[in-house]
Amino acid sequence: MTDNCDLLVIGGGPAGVEAALAGAEAGLRVVLVDEAPAAGGQVYRARPAGFRGASATPESRDGDRLRARLAASRVVAVFDHAVWSVSPGFRVDALGPAGTRSWSARSVIAATGAQERVVPFPGWTEPGVVGLAGATILLKAQHILPGRRTLVAGCGPLLLAVAAGLLKAGGEVAAVVDLASPRDWGSRLPNLAVRPDLLARGAGWLAKVTRAGVPILSRHALLRVARRDGGLRAVVGPVDAARRPLAGLERSFDVDAVAVGHGLTPSTDVTRLLRAEHLFDPARGGWFARRDGDGRTSVTGLSVAGDGGGIAGAAAAALDGRLAGLAAARDLGALSPEAHEAAAAPLRQQSARAHRFGEAMGGLMALRPGQVDAIPQETIVCRCEDVTRAEIETAMAQGATTANQLKAWTRCGMGPCQGRICGDIAGALLALATGRHDDVGMFTGRTPFRPLSLDALAGDCAYADIALPPPAPL
Amino acid sequence: MSGATAEVLDAVVIGAGAMGATTALHLARGGLRTALVDRGEICREASGVNAGTLTLHMTRAALIPYAMKGRELWIDAPRWLGSDVGARSAPGLSLAFTPAERDMLEQRAEARAAMGAPIRLVTPREARAIEPGLNEDVLAAAYCALDGHVTAYLTGKAYRRALVEAGATVMERTPVIGIDQGDGGFTVALGNDGCVMARRLVLAGGVWLETMLGWLGLKVPIKCLVNQLVVTERMRPVMRSVVGIANGLLSLKQFENGSVLIGGGWQGTGDPVRGGVEAIPDNLVGNIRLARHAVPALGETRVLRIWLGLESETADALPIIGALPGVPDAYAIGCVHSGYTSAPYMGRLLADRILGREPELPLFDPARLVAAPSTITLETTS
Repeated sequence: MTDNCDLLVIGGGPAGVEAALAGAEAGLRVVLVDEAPAAGGQVYRARPAGFRGASATPESRDGDRLRARLAASRVVAVFDHAVWSVSPGFRVDALGPAGTRSWSARSVIAATGAQERVVPFPGWTEPGVVGLAGATILLKAQHILPGRRTLVAGCGPLLLAVAAGLLKAGGEVAAVVDLASPRDWGSRLPNLAVRPDLLARGAGWLAKVTRAGVPILSRHALLRVARRDGGLRAVVGPVDAARRPLAGLERSFDVDAVAVGHGLTPSTDVTRLLRAEHLFDPARGGWFARRDGDGRTSVTGLSVAGDGGGIAGAAAAALDGRLAGLAAARDLGALSPEAHEAAAAPLRQQSARAHRFGEAMGGLMALRPGQVDAIPQETIVCRCEDVTRAEIETAMAQGATTANQLKAWTRCGMGPCQGRICGDIAGALLALATGRHDDVGMFTGRTPFRPLSLDALAGDCAYADIALPPPAPL
Repeated sequence: MSGATAEVLDAVVIGAGAMGATTALHLARGGLRTALVDRGEICREASGVNAGTLTLHMTRAALIPYAMKGRELWIDAPRWLGSDVGARSAPGLSLAFTPAERDMLEQRAEARAAMGAPIRLVTPREARAIEPGLNEDVLAAAYCALDGHVTAYLTGKAYRRALVEAGATVMERTPVIGIDQGDGGFTVALGNDGCVMARRLVLAGGVWLETMLGWLGLKVPIKCLVNQLVVTERMRPVMRSVVGIANGLLSLKQFENGSVLIGGGWQGTGDPVRGGVEAIPDNLVGNIRLARHAVPALGETRVLRIWLGLESETADALPIIGALPGVPDAYAIGCVHSGYTSAPYMGRLLADRILGREPELPLFDPARLVAAPSTITLETTS
């Protein structure tokens, strides 16, 4: 059965919830769909119902407020449903615990957030090695430590957030290994200072880590991880400004978990599928859909909000979500141009400030060619299909120059993650050779956005009920 | 236009699918200086995204002899193409679940057997002995020993290597914008302001053949089918044959890596301009319901990826392969139903014709499809 609505919002993080609320407040019939059991996205991930045993944090309080506002609104929020298709015009299909559901919508806002990037290194597929964002989910959702003693490595604000979170939850942090130098952070202070609240939160994390005596190794990279004596041995070493490993003192840490992340990449499933125009900018996480100031993409009726439209952080996501929701209301005739402008103008100023902050952080997390070039030949790049860098290089030597050609020749990106984990790195390897991301392109957007249980999708049905098209010719 | 002093090649082939690439390969090996030009990458349209089914159960009866030759060539690819493209021989079954399908199955099996396909009817019990994973509701089945499958996405990699080794010039991501005909041959104008000059021209554009023939002033309507393909996650071995049904709306096979490919020509949205745009959710559900009905264990796995490939079809649904009327030294090849199976053979036949050898089997004269003996207006681009 297909239900109708004016606006369908995909994703219940800060961008999606604010977009839905703004649309509903303007009088639109809004449906919000998310695969999680509650709103909040990754940044405000909700704890399971009835979960106790963790004290509130600024983020958990922000998340609770967001959820309360959504619950009090007229938005029809549908959780535990993974959207797997968006057809032009629009029809949105999702799979939930009771089977498939679909909606027809006059406009769609994709607020699909980001996914974590891990630049492959030897041992990155070992059990016990988790993403930085993955570690925050363990901590936020159920107060779980990835290990008793954890090495925290990579780049960007999540380093300190995870290290402080681990300490607060009673864990031990062996070291924080940061690709950036103190100067890289310092040069961004003017842009970070536009959001003193967020800057203060980061300073609090740093103070907690320093007080605990955790060594912070700046301009260092995690080089490799190996299993040893029931735990993990992680080896780190210095890098140059291009993040290329330097011959020099290597240090090793014996730990039982490693949390490592090299930034975030926008989740572009919806915009790629609908062939919206995309741009490439390392500081925004790589490929993202081009959008105007109100989130409209090059596809009429399709907008993006939040990190899915270029990494800018949660504060920018919430403001951009509201702007996208207001613009949808205007485009669908629910708000006059004057009313829209009056509501949008102050938000635009706040959004610009939040973007300055978010994009400064994005710059710290941007993928540098030196990181990609340092991937050893025998290291797996596509972990679903076990495709190594050497296999990718061989395909390139045989004439593969685009992401999709590489996928066909090596199976890189054909596994259950559907290219989410390897696509960005595979593209960067191709671009190292050709120098142009525009020529390399992205893996073509495909349905389903998530792997779908065949039984759940097919449902119960008798042979006679299958709607068969006319027979093929003899 | 640049390139006025460029070398005049012996042949230029436009369209680097399996048809064009095979033709170019044999022309190059036959001693012609040959270029293969494509607006995209080699074998990345229908030839790289089709189901890779080598089945006589779904081949048009008139094309059976060609498909049997093509199938042998795919399986023999390491010898003549230089690489294994994952071509494997497997038994093929076509099923019927209703009395109407049984009648259709019997009629179609008979027509194909009359054209030389080794297809015979088997009992449901025999069918399940061949393929234990089949639904017990099978009412009737036809069996063919000469079926199998190819890993279609490896096609481009294999052909590219063979073409380069044969000395052909492979020009990928090079759109053609028009063709000029002069005394010395053809000048193919390229989107990058360059051009290729050659004495002979082969158009091998699949669903884009209508546009290409238009460059020579020939009007041949070509229909575009937007075929849906579905691949699952890797799963335990659940089948070892190629399974279809009488009406041709299902093709099913499991690869060595455990993934199962579900096809059958269910339609998605798309066209020659935009390519395959998107699957239609209801058609996806229909296709996988049919697949799960045939092999119930498929319900255990997950649908991983859906894509669409464009298949071309002429007005009489038979191929267009041969010399073009009124344009000396110009040829076309394409629009072969289940064309991937027979492509290595069809390309060789056309190359034989161009090289002055007698093709082993008849070609498919394009003249029958050209609306009227046209007054040819050649497009100029300078």
